[in-house]
Amino acid sequence: MRALFDYVLKLGDDSLILGHRLSEWCGHGPILEEDIAMTNIALDLVGQATTLLTYAGELEAKGRDADALAFLRFDREYRNLLLVEQPNGDFGVTMMRQFLFDAYRLPLFERLQNSKDATLAAIAEKSLKETKYHLKHSSEWVIRLGDGTEESHQRIQEALNTLWRYTDELFQEDDSEKELVALGIVPAISEIRDAWKSNVDRVFAEATVTIPSNNWKHSGGRKGMHSEHLGYILAELQYMQRAYPNMQW
Amino acid sequence: MSKKEWPLWEVFIRSKAGLNHKHVGSLRAADAEMAVENARDVYTRRSEGISIWVVESKNIHASDPAEADSLFEPADSKVYRHPTFYDVPDGISHM
Repeated sequence: MRALFDYVLKLGDDSLILGHRLSEWCGHGPILEEDIAMTNIALDLVGQATTLLTYAGELEAKGRDADALAFLRFDREYRNLLLVEQPNGDFGVTMMRQFLFDAYRLPLFERLQNSKDATLAAIAEKSLKETKYHLKHSSEWVIRLGDGTEESHQRIQEALNTLWRYTDELFQEDDSEKELVALGIVPAISEIRDAWKSNVDRVFAEATVTIPSNNWKHSGGRKGMHSEHLGYILAELQYMQRAYPNMQW
Repeated sequence: MSKKEWPLWEVFIRSKAGLNHKHVGSLRAADAEMAVENARDVYTRRSEGISIWVVESKNIHASDPAEADSLFEPADSKVYRHPTFYDVPDGISHM
């Protein structure tokens, strides 16, 4: 089914691109412990991407496996959110990006566990355990930095000011998704938004940061219209497969 | 940027139900919650454990290595403290 392929591809691309972004921290974390924590999360996300893109390939039934989907598409064919391709910035930006994403992923996977599509339900159930930890980790950091020193507060607030404009896209539902909602395969996005908003409000209150009042919201990633950052990510992500076609290790 | 270090914590992991927590190493963390999470990330990423304890290192009181002679040597000459002088009859299991 085309709609389901599109949907699974979106989920897979979110995990793939955010996993790659986080992996850029490898060896650069603020402390050894956090360096390992971030790369653990990156590996969880790359693992999710592998499962999701494998399933997407099966749904498409054109002989593309996870590697073909991850490494051999052009930028306009990626369906990830603009949020996940944003640069790492400082540690505050990375944690804020992670928190905004985790808080969306958790209620999504919770509901996808009950999907009428058995494979998607199984993937959601497995990924949910990982996502719970990711959210705990990122929300504690947002609180710790927001409610920390003057400098950490200022930096996490700036991170939110930068990233907030990408959050509207998390909750845009296109026609193919509405089709899946009607079939009981995918939850209605309004439910996810409500759960996300209450979690975000609670954490921001504790972190003493405030949602910026700028109303301009960016979107386009879900339709393949990306920011300039994705091209650089793909250049690095795809290099080996492009330079040495079909190479494996 | 300040170069102040976070406190040091000692990490204890229970590898499976029924076994005791064993000391596996140490790490730095700002508070206990972060210490447990860091321990999870640093010390259990290859399924090493099912339970974690962390103790701030400053709360551990240790014996003085210089006193090792007086503390531990006297026990060396008291082999009778080991229950090795009993004859166990044949057919007794679970000993």
